[in-house]
Amino acid sequence: MISLHSVILVDSTSHAMRIEKVLHTHNIPSKLIPVPRHLSSDCGVCVRIASDKKERVREILESNKIVYQSIKVL
Amino acid sequence: MMSGKKVGEAKNLLYLDNAATSWPKPPGVAPAMVHFIESVGANPGRSGHRLSVKAARIVYDAREALARFFNMPDPLRVIFGLNITDGINLALHGLLKQGDHVVTTSMEHNAVMRPLHQKEKFGVEFTQVACEQDGTLNPEQIESAIQPNTRLVVVNHASNVCGTLLPIKEIGKIVRDAGLLFLVDSAQSAGAIEIDMAGDLIDLLAFTGHKSLYGPMGTGGLIVGKRVDVQELSSLRQGGTGSRSEREEQPDFMPDCYESGTSNAVGLAGLLASLTWLNNVEVQKIQADEEKLCQQMINGLMEIPNIRVYGTHDAKKQTATVAWNMKGVEPSTIGMRLDEEFGILCRVGLHCAPSAHRTIGTFPDGCVRFGLGAFNSEPDVERALQSVARIAKEES
Repeated sequence: MISLHSVILVDSTSHAMRIEKVLHTHNIPSKLIPVPRHLSSDCGVCVRIASDKKERVREILESNKIVYQSIKVL
Repeated sequence: MMSGKKVGEAKNLLYLDNAATSWPKPPGVAPAMVHFIESVGANPGRSGHRLSVKAARIVYDAREALARFFNMPDPLRVIFGLNITDGINLALHGLLKQGDHVVTTSMEHNAVMRPLHQKEKFGVEFTQVACEQDGTLNPEQIESAIQPNTRLVVVNHASNVCGTLLPIKEIGKIVRDAGLLFLVDSAQSAGAIEIDMAGDLIDLLAFTGHKSLYGPMGTGGLIVGKRVDVQELSSLRQGGTGSRSEREEQPDFMPDCYESGTSNAVGLAGLLASLTWLNNVEVQKIQADEEKLCQQMINGLMEIPNIRVYGTHDAKKQTATVAWNMKGVEPSTIGMRLDEEFGILCRVGLHCAPSAHRTIGTFPDGCVRFGLGAFNSEPDVERALQSVARIAKEES
């Protein structure tokens, strides 16, 4: 089965906020959700995106020099 | 003239203590704080539920608004603390090590002087360059005070006693050319005078939200420029940050490294509202209005017999804070009469800045300080001048 969603794991909620805003300016829908326990032990939030936008998101984050931990399929 | 909301007894009072904290606040500030308490309420960055995310978004938006306001590209380098004093303490205690030397001026507030005296006990040296009696400084003096072990230059942008501005852009250039770090205490200027961290070559900007940014108290901190990294700046407090919860060591990234414990999100909601207001009315407009009122106040006071006004007497060279004395009358007597008989509120004494008072020649007696703000008007200045003139006549 192909997963519809991926999540961007980040260091802190502030980082998640920053990513959410940048993605919004590029018209890429995203949603902040609690970090799924099986992906990380962090108690904060991560940014959920559509899996088919993963590569585009990676490019945007890198070109804006935004720090993130990883992008994982949900 | 802009108007802010005052209710009850406060309506008839003339508040001239904006250098201590601005009041009234712009129209949107109190509603934003009430909204946070009533409709958001959750802890920012501690949980993943919708209200926690909503709270975190408000805190982040405040971070971003400040970063934009001071021309700092990365909002994650805006560190919220208890207040600006906390921000200055983070910079001084976090950076300075035994054997380091610091250059500062004779116009500093105790927010800078007391941490420096504390660091002195642990092997940090400092040099205070002497400012002129009107509070001005020739930036070349900073250059001559630099030693081989100098690490940091710290200055206040505007004096909290007499408002005199220091030439931060010129000092910034000297500091950058010498390869040192530059810390600016913007307590009296942020919001009243434009500050550009990139253009003014500021590495660390300590700010307060409750003075000329017109936000609530408890909303200050430190903005850390790109030339300072986390390894170089130690955190003063450690604790829960809502991030890296599996580890018992402090996170090593900004802003979490320096923001342990729950933040003053209610206050930051208010600050975000005041920054939105400030961006709409524009700093240049407030600056122009205050400059006019300040000059009116200086000129008016100087026409009253037995009054001495300190500082440059030129509103373009200072913030709208006017320091003065009446010959033969204690500042405390004047402060009390202004309050009790005329409903005018100001601050008298030494203003937590003994060094600045020594520089302008008012130590140990202090002076009277009128701190004007964005909500003052020409009739306010006129009322203050008439009241002072009456006291001068009666006391002579």
